[in-house]
Amino acid sequence: MKRKKIRPSHLFLALVLALMYLPILLLVIYSFNESKISSVWGGFSLKWYQQLLADEKMFEALANSILLGISSSVCAAIIGTLGAFGMSKVQSRANTAVEYLATLPIMIPEIILAMVFLAFFSLLGLPFGMTTLILGHTAFCIPYIFMLVKARLVGMDPSLTEAAKDLGASEVRVFFDITLPLITPAIASGMVLSFAMSFDDVLISLFVTGVNVNTLPILVYTQIKTGVTPEINALCTLMLAATLLLVLVSAWLGREKQHSIETKGE
Amino acid sequence: MSEPILQLKQVQKTFADTNVLNGIDLSIAQGEFITLLGASGCGKTTTLRIIAGLEQPDSGRVLLGGNDVTDLPPEKRNVNTVFQNYALFPHMTVSENIAYGLKLKKKSKAEIRQTVQEMLSLVQLEGYQDRRPSELSGGQKQRLAIARALAVKPQILLLDEPLGALDLQLRRQMQFELKRLQKQLGITFIYITHDQEEALNMSDRIAVMRQGRFEQIGTPNEVYDSPKTDYVARFVGEANILRGTVCKVGDPLLLQTDAGICAVACSGCGLKQGDTACIAVRSEQVQFSPYREGEQGLRATITEKNFAGGMLRILLTFADGQTVVASRHGIDLPAQVGEEMLVHWQPEHAILVQQSEEADR
Repeated sequence: MKRKKIRPSHLFLALVLALMYLPILLLVIYSFNESKISSVWGGFSLKWYQQLLADEKMFEALANSILLGISSSVCAAIIGTLGAFGMSKVQSRANTAVEYLATLPIMIPEIILAMVFLAFFSLLGLPFGMTTLILGHTAFCIPYIFMLVKARLVGMDPSLTEAAKDLGASEVRVFFDITLPLITPAIASGMVLSFAMSFDDVLISLFVTGVNVNTLPILVYTQIKTGVTPEINALCTLMLAATLLLVLVSAWLGREKQHSIETKGE
Repeated sequence: MSEPILQLKQVQKTFADTNVLNGIDLSIAQGEFITLLGASGCGKTTTLRIIAGLEQPDSGRVLLGGNDVTDLPPEKRNVNTVFQNYALFPHMTVSENIAYGLKLKKKSKAEIRQTVQEMLSLVQLEGYQDRRPSELSGGQKQRLAIARALAVKPQILLLDEPLGALDLQLRRQMQFELKRLQKQLGITFIYITHDQEEALNMSDRIAVMRQGRFEQIGTPNEVYDSPKTDYVARFVGEANILRGTVCKVGDPLLLQTDAGICAVACSGCGLKQGDTACIAVRSEQVQFSPYREGEQGLRATITEKNFAGGMLRILLTFADGQTVVASRHGIDLPAQVGEEMLVHWQPEHAILVQQSEEADR
């Protein structure tokens, strides 16, 4: 009886999951395809991976992407954390407005952000390249850090900082001894998220990058202009694996965060 | 007497147009255990936060050992607080929590280690030093919070309803422990509670607060036996309040209330014929006997009997609707609900009290 009732919803769930993951699965399968034509199965092979590993341009782009991801998530972490902490110290009606302004970049269509960065950096006369990439990526990563850290600060018991002051800690000591350790899980999980966003970004990167500075997504994009090669499939499979790993790390950090909130609430 | 360790002078505080403290004065002696007792919202926590420096008074001064500390931040005052929710640092172990204040004071490693050991044994938390606060029980967290505050050797320890989150049995046990600690260390304790039993059990003096003022400051005996106002009489130990007019002066004088005439001890109370007066009678002092025509007493009907907190409580209602509560040991008595009774008391058990004025808030 019970199974019959649930079955249609099971089917629906299966359909949705299939639509979401089948294309990804196909991409992974075809990356091991011997044949040069994507739609024809020519037997299992690792030759595209071998070709990929021999590709210097690919490694250069990978290095760029990692450098960009780390730099922008570190910059965003510093700015976002300071912003969230500063706002938690000031009781003002403007707080809500500032909060919306700070998180707006998430809602604004990316193409507009990309245009804005392009126009702004040209206006400043900045040479396009890694610097502009880092600036652009930092800007769109700040909201993620800001929101996560702010949520964490709001959930923090204000008597903890009062207790530290009561025991003789100056404002600076309170920040480094009490506040920072307690918001670290939020910062870390925000940084992982920022890295993933940066690593994955095509649009903004395309607009603000300079000649000969490729990130991995830009490389993929420029290569498929000449047709989808199995080598790209292999590269995407590797990127997929890396992203999955990041998601797992972020989830693990999030679990830690929840744990310590629970213990505080007891 | 030596100089008081803490003095509050005309301390006043307003939050959003509400007078939380209406210019309070308080003087506390070294080594005293004083309790600020009052219902929630009476200003007792604000008083404590002003002493700790976590809140600034609008006007008035705070003197610590004779020095004006009104403008000093909390970290510069030698006063420590045990917070209501303990506020233990969740990312530090038990010993790190205790050591934190000592580290800030730049004590040597050896000294820190020694003090932490002393504190652990003082609050009986030996063996728990490497645990996190989340791994402690409520009572243990409580003791850790006290140890952390005492480790830095404050002149005064402030305790903000520290036993509020514990169950009754643990609370009683902790009352004894706190009192023992205070005696042993000789540190001044300022203790906040809304629980009159806690206040009566532990304090050297009780300051009953109401609407940002002190209604009465005195020893537990004074506050219990000679309450100054009807509010104190009702808040500290249950008391029945009756109002009336003096109809015959003398000792005892006779008071005409709506329920009838009753005798009140008056040695030099200065009341004159026709004055209005307010008396408080403790429920355990209220006597009653079956009604008989012509005998002395106030006529009332038993309207309720219930057994609570080890005492039988009998509610007696007068003809005008006023009620008095009498309490007895034991679980029942022969008199039944609905029976007519005569209520009386010894004249000396009727305590003349002032009527609490309504403070303008």
